[in-house]
Amino acid sequence: MRTAFIQTLYEMAERDDRIWLVVGDLGYSVVEQYAERFPARYLNVGVAEQNMTGVAAGLALCNKVVFTYSIANFPTFRCLEQIRNDVCYHNANVKIVSVGGGFAYGALGMSHHGTEDIAVLRALPNMVVVAPGDPVEAENATRAIVEQTGPCYLRLGKAGEARIHARDVKFQLGRAITVCEGSDITLISTGGMLATTVRVAERLSKEGVAARVLSMHTLKPLDEEAIRIAARETPAIVTIEEHGINGGLGSAVAETLAEGNGPRVVFKRLGIPSVYASQIGGQDYLRSIYSLTVDGILTSLESVLETVQLSG
Amino acid sequence: MQKVKGSPLELQERARRIRTHVLRMTHRARTSHVGSSLSMADILAVLYGGVLRIDPNQPDWPDRDRFVLSKGHACAGAYAALAEAGFFTSDWLLDHFCQDGSYVAGHITHTGVPGVDVSTGSLGHGLSIAAGMALAGKRDGKNSRVYVLLSDGECDEGSTWEAALFAPHHKLDNLVAIVDYNKIQSLGRVEEVLELEPFSAKWKAFRWSVREIDGHDFAQISETLERIPFEAGTPSCIIAHTVKGKGVSFMEDQLAWHYRSPNAEELEKALSEMGVKE
Repeated sequence: MRTAFIQTLYEMAERDDRIWLVVGDLGYSVVEQYAERFPARYLNVGVAEQNMTGVAAGLALCNKVVFTYSIANFPTFRCLEQIRNDVCYHNANVKIVSVGGGFAYGALGMSHHGTEDIAVLRALPNMVVVAPGDPVEAENATRAIVEQTGPCYLRLGKAGEARIHARDVKFQLGRAITVCEGSDITLISTGGMLATTVRVAERLSKEGVAARVLSMHTLKPLDEEAIRIAARETPAIVTIEEHGINGGLGSAVAETLAEGNGPRVVFKRLGIPSVYASQIGGQDYLRSIYSLTVDGILTSLESVLETVQLSG
Repeated sequence: MQKVKGSPLELQERARRIRTHVLRMTHRARTSHVGSSLSMADILAVLYGGVLRIDPNQPDWPDRDRFVLSKGHACAGAYAALAEAGFFTSDWLLDHFCQDGSYVAGHITHTGVPGVDVSTGSLGHGLSIAAGMALAGKRDGKNSRVYVLLSDGECDEGSTWEAALFAPHHKLDNLVAIVDYNKIQSLGRVEEVLELEPFSAKWKAFRWSVREIDGHDFAQISETLERIPFEAGTPSCIIAHTVKGKGVSFMEDQLAWHYRSPNAEELEKALSEMGVKE
């Protein structure tokens, strides 16, 4: 996703001289090509995320489209008040990019686990929150957030994620992508859990369960219509995210379901419980600890499917 | 050299009018920070009276100078300066400042207030934003400048010093930081809460070109602003020694007037000290 992002940004910067890339002294082997090609629209502010975000707001108030870039929680939490006051209140054209959402930097420890970012950024007025599910979505999202005036948060994985979509997939901010149709259960995924979710659907299919998979790449604004349709057409909805269980995708979907007047559905959130992972390990290892693997999710789904059968 | 428009007498009269607006506004709205507005009134009078290249008829003129009030709590003074500069009337300001349903908030806000580019209120934000604006101007080859007014208290914020490192590194000689050094912060004297001295040396060590002035001496303020940039390729810092509550005898150098608003009797007394007869 990181590669898809930087390549797309490079291409867009060729055509749009409003685009700037501002980094907080991170991005080794990622940003160099951009920096060499567009030195006048590149800036490394040093290890100073508050200043990075304030400077980005100042640039944006002078008609630039500014991407701030760092990893994990550094471009978001360290400078959250600058994001709130300087970026969001001014509706400044700043796009905050974080590489390493979830456990992408798992072995580096809790400081590098991006596990509450969606919840926090989603709470900010004017902020659009996007967590692409594969490199194709990352590319499309990068283009879309430039066309969208105002603050955006782009939560990327790291590198090497499987491509799920065809190149010509129809991507629109705020509209979930239906990856596969099904009427027995809806699995809603955000960010890098998409590939795992698709594999879960494939396994369910072998067991005779037809799962609908929605890639909810945009957390805000949320595609409430897709959620309501799923609630009408499938008896269960399960959200899957590499993010804390409080405030992320699961919470957002639950809010929509709770306030809707649709039929009652069996609902479950799969994600990381409200704990800090003091145990370290690679992304796959940490996902397995919290049952965010294909097998782990299938096990969690057993009780959901059982409840559906009982209530059916 | 950019000559400051307006004679010292004219600027003094502008400052007097800014102060009277501030007193009436804080009295009517019963708001705080009157002392913080009065300490910077003379600086604002010079900036808005003779320095800033702005146009009240085109507040969004792309080539305008930018002014960022980083000490957003002192907004009454900045709004009053904008009224004097013709962005809106002082009557409109008095009717709307901190009133229910209006947009003219008690920390400076760009929403609904012509002439304000940047909203602040949380300290330590303004210098970074101003630096971003100055960098945009530099790289776009514009001649405009960015002026940012900071409080002494907000120099406690680490983010101020992140920006202070940044601006000289990028040779932002179109950036002017003015510190309203009135020596009183929220809970006491700066030297008692968190000493900033040697203050000038700190900015110099961060590679700014620094001048210390009497922030109530119109000739000094004008002469100093005429010399911007003090050094080519270097951002300018003006440490303006000021008196909190300046211009009203019973408010001067008093912590209480960081919080209190003048009652009717105090307003009358203050205005009469300024030669205003109600």
